[in-house]
Amino acid sequence: MALLSKKSKKAITDPLSTNNPITLQVLGICSALAVTVKMDTAVVMTLAVVAVLSISNTLIALLRNFIPTKVRIIVQLSVIASLVILTDQVLKAYMYDISKQLSVFVGLIITNCIVMGRAEAFAMQNTPGKSFLDGLGNGLGYGGILIAVSFFREILGSGTLYGFQIIPDAAYSAGYENMGLMVLSPGAFVILGLIVWVHRISANIEEE
Amino acid sequence: MLEHYISLATKAMFVENILLAYFLGMCSFLAISKKIDTSIGLGFAVVFVLTITSPANWAIHHYFLQEGALAWAGFPDVDLSFLNFIVFIAVIAAMVQLVEMILDRYSPTLYHNLGIFLPLIAVNCSILGGSLFLIEREYTLIESTVFGFGSGMGWFLAIVSMASIRHRLRYSNVPHKLRGLGITMLLTGLLSMAFMAFSGIDL
Repeated sequence: MALLSKKSKKAITDPLSTNNPITLQVLGICSALAVTVKMDTAVVMTLAVVAVLSISNTLIALLRNFIPTKVRIIVQLSVIASLVILTDQVLKAYMYDISKQLSVFVGLIITNCIVMGRAEAFAMQNTPGKSFLDGLGNGLGYGGILIAVSFFREILGSGTLYGFQIIPDAAYSAGYENMGLMVLSPGAFVILGLIVWVHRISANIEEE
Repeated sequence: MLEHYISLATKAMFVENILLAYFLGMCSFLAISKKIDTSIGLGFAVVFVLTITSPANWAIHHYFLQEGALAWAGFPDVDLSFLNFIVFIAVIAAMVQLVEMILDRYSPTLYHNLGIFLPLIAVNCSILGGSLFLIEREYTLIESTVFGFGSGMGWFLAIVSMASIRHRLRYSNVPHKLRGLGITMLLTGLLSMAFMAFSGIDL
């Protein structure tokens, strides 16, 4: 990619694997799990987080020289909260059904540690362009895990993918049954735990 | 009437545990559950702040932001409920600050025990989540207070049991790449399964 310099390319690709916000930085798990029963909610949530994260990073990077250090947290919070309100209103206007299913979890993007974490750790020191890329990369890295978790939960728990039936009827008549556990909350914890394990083996990273 | 509140509190504490069923407050849960003492401190702080912010946010929603809530000021058609998020997060941050100052003045011991955990709570998802849930479920003022207290106790139970499990875990032989986040998530899954045994309990 000649379009991007090496450093900005790194800002996007790093969070996708070697520095993934969920599996390695352990940020933003709160809202990650509740929306992963079905893939469609997970995809919408990913889009919402990517939008909020990249725009908030850009705005905060633009403002970084005007924000007094003492009140920076409250400034960051108000930027993020306003963006989340916008996202919520857009979702309510154009995707009412899904916004009902996501219920309070769109609002909880405000307290999603990734958004605050990137604003504080990256956008306060870098140019708007780079911060935008960093936000995009981290949002996509977060979304990747979200979609992976929801993929397993939906196919094992309901036998569908994005609402379409995948497990054939023949399998059900032969005695196959959906795993009820996957639809409930323990399924999310277990799947995420296993994904973290596999990811750390493949990226060869160890804690402590 | 009292039964109704007790039932609501047990429901928030066990059946619909805010952490194990709604995944709220995971960040601090994962970060702080390494030691039992600190997890007890953080747990108490969460109970405290949730119990205070729930009725406060309820009142603000009902008297200022809800559709038609400003009728007393002469604006019966105004609907400010889109401001919910930003106002709630401001109220929570302000409440945390206030609680910190009051504790520092009147109960320095408790203040020292809670220490750095109080400011951290402002960005704990479970606090904002609790406030958003009570609006969505249309609780009354007393119900909100009970719900806030119950959710806080549920979170307290979850983090303290997790800290105790992780304490025992030090002596076990976990595969290297599973250590840390991986095993904690699997254990949380098991804990959440155990809490599911409470579902269906209705006092």
